[in-house]
Amino acid sequence: MRIKFLASSWLTCVLAVLVSSASFAQVTEFQQQQWLNSPAATSHIGNLTGRAKVAGDPVSGDYRRYCLVCHGELGDGNGETAPWLDPRPRDFTLAVFKCRSTPTGTLPTDEDLYDTIARGLDRSNMPPWNTFTKQERADLVAWIKHFSPRWQTEKPGVPIQIPPEPEVTAERVKAGEDVFSRVQCWKCHGVEGKANGPSASTLQDDLGRPILAYNFAEGGRFKCGSTDQDLYRIFMTGLDGTPMPSFADNLKPDEAWDLVFYLRTLQPFPSKAKEIAKQLGLKPVNPNPTGP
Amino acid sequence: MTSQFRQKLAAVVSALMLIAVGALLLGRNVIAAGEGSITGAVKLSGTAPHMKGIDMSKDPYCVKQNANSPVKMENVIVGSDGGLENVVLYLSEGLAGAAASAVPSQEPTVDQHNCVYVPHVLAMDVEQKFKVTTSDQTTHNIHPLPAPGSSNIGWNKSQPPGAPPIETSWKAPEAISVKCNIHPWMHGWHVVVKGPYAITDEKGLYTLKNVPPGSYTVTAWQEEYGTQTEKVNVAAGQAAKADFTFKAK
Repeated sequence: MRIKFLASSWLTCVLAVLVSSASFAQVTEFQQQQWLNSPAATSHIGNLTGRAKVAGDPVSGDYRRYCLVCHGELGDGNGETAPWLDPRPRDFTLAVFKCRSTPTGTLPTDEDLYDTIARGLDRSNMPPWNTFTKQERADLVAWIKHFSPRWQTEKPGVPIQIPPEPEVTAERVKAGEDVFSRVQCWKCHGVEGKANGPSASTLQDDLGRPILAYNFAEGGRFKCGSTDQDLYRIFMTGLDGTPMPSFADNLKPDEAWDLVFYLRTLQPFPSKAKEIAKQLGLKPVNPNPTGP
Repeated sequence: MTSQFRQKLAAVVSALMLIAVGALLLGRNVIAAGEGSITGAVKLSGTAPHMKGIDMSKDPYCVKQNANSPVKMENVIVGSDGGLENVVLYLSEGLAGAAASAVPSQEPTVDQHNCVYVPHVLAMDVEQKFKVTTSDQTTHNIHPLPAPGSSNIGWNKSQPPGAPPIETSWKAPEAISVKCNIHPWMHGWHVVVKGPYAITDEKGLYTLKNVPPGSYTVTAWQEEYGTQTEKVNVAAGQAAKADFTFKAK
């Protein structure tokens, strides 16, 4: 008996060393198999539990059928179609995601990935996969997580807090304009939100590919949702992998809501904020208040 | 013995074993009194490459701040006698025990000043806290880009005028490229190493302090020319010498 548990404890030691070294080495199929058997290869969304093995089943799995053609067998974003796509399909082996509720540089929550699958990513080839059942989406989230060692060693970040949305007022819209001017959103997004700021033409994603700033005046959906809360979340978390930084360290919740209201005035849709801006006769901000 | 009990016992025994192994590793090299140092010069042989001037016209503030002194790229900075600035020196082999795991308490700082990173290369230890500050009246975003798959995780934060410093650290040794997307010419490095480090001054000189006696491999890192290594023996209380010469491409 004694020999047995001594042997098993040694085995635990060896396994611990193996697992800890996994995150620093290049991904092998053996490691991927290990990750597939780890607790991180499940997802928990509300009452749902997603299982990677279901979505990744080589015969019946949704990943093979719907995702592999772009995201690739190894989840590295090098599927058959990838060379023709811009932006390129997400490389799941890096676990860097645009749409998160968590701070910049942290892993998204399972819910974040689950929402992204159903929402799709506007102005990319990722359509809204709202044809999947909730269970299918949960299974896919678990499968996506087995591609990167980060899920073995890190926990998702703590979602940023979004306080209840206040009432839109003229003061808030004006204050939002000040925030827009002060933190210099216009450097990329332009003073009228037309994605034509002075730095817009030089923007690159993390892989060095050209990327466009969001054009508010065009009025498309945001990459990560379309509600006021989504907009708040986008500039507070930043879109990792892109030039869009996090403003969480520099905006108080009230200022963030003010900015949300001002940004709404740049979009072509009717809104209370836009009505207020019209009444106030708001002009685009002056990009060089101190002069060149 | 129930299987549950067996598992618990196994877990406890393996934890104890890990601690014992760790203690052995840590205890192996206790720092002897009288640490030595390594000093030297890093030079560039051949013709130094031309450093292009930077066009900052995308941001009038940056132009104005540098109106009196045109700014050039800083990839290769060579002094009058061939000394190479901004080369990071560290011990790539031979460090053991407490000297390898000690983390300096002072915080290196990189400032965004007149739309460039000062210094251009910031060296630091693994897990050492460092600061990113801004003295500019224009918004920057600080966007470190660790290599794909690195155990360092990239992030991207804005610093508008008057923003507080960002204070953070890196997990693993790596030369991390840092950029500002708003000012695409802004490029710098966070060079993360394990153990003591030094960076060459404008004459290409350096001193690696707090090196326990022993034999080491010293590595010199330069962003354009890569790395060079040299074997060095350090005696207690003595300054060993290691000079490096990079060849211009």
